[in-house]
Amino acid sequence: MDTSLTDSLETTATISVRDLRVNYGEREILHGISFDVNRGETLVILGGSGSGKSTLLRTLVGLEKPSAGQIWIKGQNIAAISSSEMDAIRKKIGMSFQGGALFGSMTVGENVALPLREHTRLEESTIEIMLRLKLEQVGLQGFEYYMPSQLSGGMKKRAAVARALAMDPEILFFDEPSAGLDPIIAAGIDQLILELKQAFRMTIIVVTHELASAYLIADRMVLIDKGNIVAIGTTEEMRASTQPRVRQFLDRVAEPEVARELDYLQMLTEDRRRRSR
Amino acid sequence: MQILSQVGGSVTNGLAYVGALASLGGQAAYYTFVAPFQGKPVRFQRAVSQALDVGVRAIPILSLITFFIGLILALQAAYELRRFGAISYVATAVAISMSRELGPLITAIVVIGRSGSAFAAEIGTMKVTEEIDALETMAISPVHFLVTPKFIAMAIMLPCLTIWANTMGILGGSLFGVAQADFTFTRYISASLDSLFLRDIVTGLIKSVMFGITITAVGCLEGLSTGAGAEQVGRSTTRAVVMSIFMVVIVDLVFTALFFFISEH
Repeated sequence: MDTSLTDSLETTATISVRDLRVNYGEREILHGISFDVNRGETLVILGGSGSGKSTLLRTLVGLEKPSAGQIWIKGQNIAAISSSEMDAIRKKIGMSFQGGALFGSMTVGENVALPLREHTRLEESTIEIMLRLKLEQVGLQGFEYYMPSQLSGGMKKRAAVARALAMDPEILFFDEPSAGLDPIIAAGIDQLILELKQAFRMTIIVVTHELASAYLIADRMVLIDKGNIVAIGTTEEMRASTQPRVRQFLDRVAEPEVARELDYLQMLTEDRRRRSR
Repeated sequence: MQILSQVGGSVTNGLAYVGALASLGGQAAYYTFVAPFQGKPVRFQRAVSQALDVGVRAIPILSLITFFIGLILALQAAYELRRFGAISYVATAVAISMSRELGPLITAIVVIGRSGSAFAAEIGTMKVTEEIDALETMAISPVHFLVTPKFIAMAIMLPCLTIWANTMGILGGSLFGVAQADFTFTRYISASLDSLFLRDIVTGLIKSVMFGITITAVGCLEGLSTGAGAEQVGRSTTRAVVMSIFMVVIVDLVFTALFFFISEH
């Protein structure tokens, strides 16, 4: 990448993805994806099951290695940096996992304080104040001595957000924030994301397949299908889009039955045809 | 031709597995001996709580098993020895076979059942619930945080348990000695102690340290390589037990042979 582009990236985009390809073994999951995430915006990555959106998120936080392409986070290409440089970047990002991923053997408070105890030399009393502050931000004040197993699904997600916020990250990632929650609790999590966005001007990236939640929280959306970007744009642009694949996803239209049946027949007979050849 | 390629494939897989174990052990050694001097202290608190779990809580069951093993050994040895009128050598037979071989081995097998499987299940569950991923995104090394304290706990507790197992085995043998072989309790114990060389005990303890490291490496590696889904945790746990027993026997063989050839010279 030439320097002029790098410079422009640093001024406008917090994250820039260029021609990203990711493989699981032989199979390519993402086929050359490029997009930017601007500072302070909330980008929602939409896509169906198996579209590659979770893989994209895992690659952005460095859990999967790209097979080709670049991911620029705060001016560094994480596809080509050492693990200690990656750790430095990870201290500036927070990630809220789908099931919360709280450590079952620790209390909620210990979970939230863990990054602080690991990466800072703060006094124990300061850590305690910060942890109460973080729990309050997510509406869980008074729950620091509970074990994760004693919390409901929605509370676990809130605790996970508090842990992701512990290091005051500049970028926050959410994996399916409303998956497995009832509509009211899910709306509460959406509200929490909106509050974080307004209060801290954080860059937020959310992976979801929940349209209602996407419309509510997104500044811009990316629609991914079968490992490719189908459309990218602001919420209004997406709403107004006439692309068939976008309309199909946004209007929640099932795959056409006829095509499906033909595919199905073909799939059933393919093996036999191949053998008779 | 196909058999050859299958054999080659298995050998390569086996070597890759041993390599993965060694790599995990190497990383744990780095976090134990090098990283503390670079400002990443060892988690002693976690190591101590692991040591309690691995060591102290294993004592009742281990005592019972090794006591009976000592008694069985005495019975088996006496079966042959009494034909030669050498029943008084029962104490020697029990003491030597316990401290050289059976003490370390039985201890290892009890610890595999209690802790090796638990390591795989704990880490495997954390893998399935994305907790391992969460550690990594928080820039916390899972090997430093989870695996290293287990290595430390096992490398320290296994020799301790082995000494205890040797003692209990000798006590079990003494039950037979006193009841059937005209020993008094004190004479049986002193006969056992007289028959032991320091070398017998030390080689047993060296082996037990290696067993502890092997069991931890296998348990943690199986946990970390757990696939997606809850049923994979069960599979990892089973594999951890089977592979640990196998690897412990291999390590036993290697070190026993090593000590044999060293003592020859």
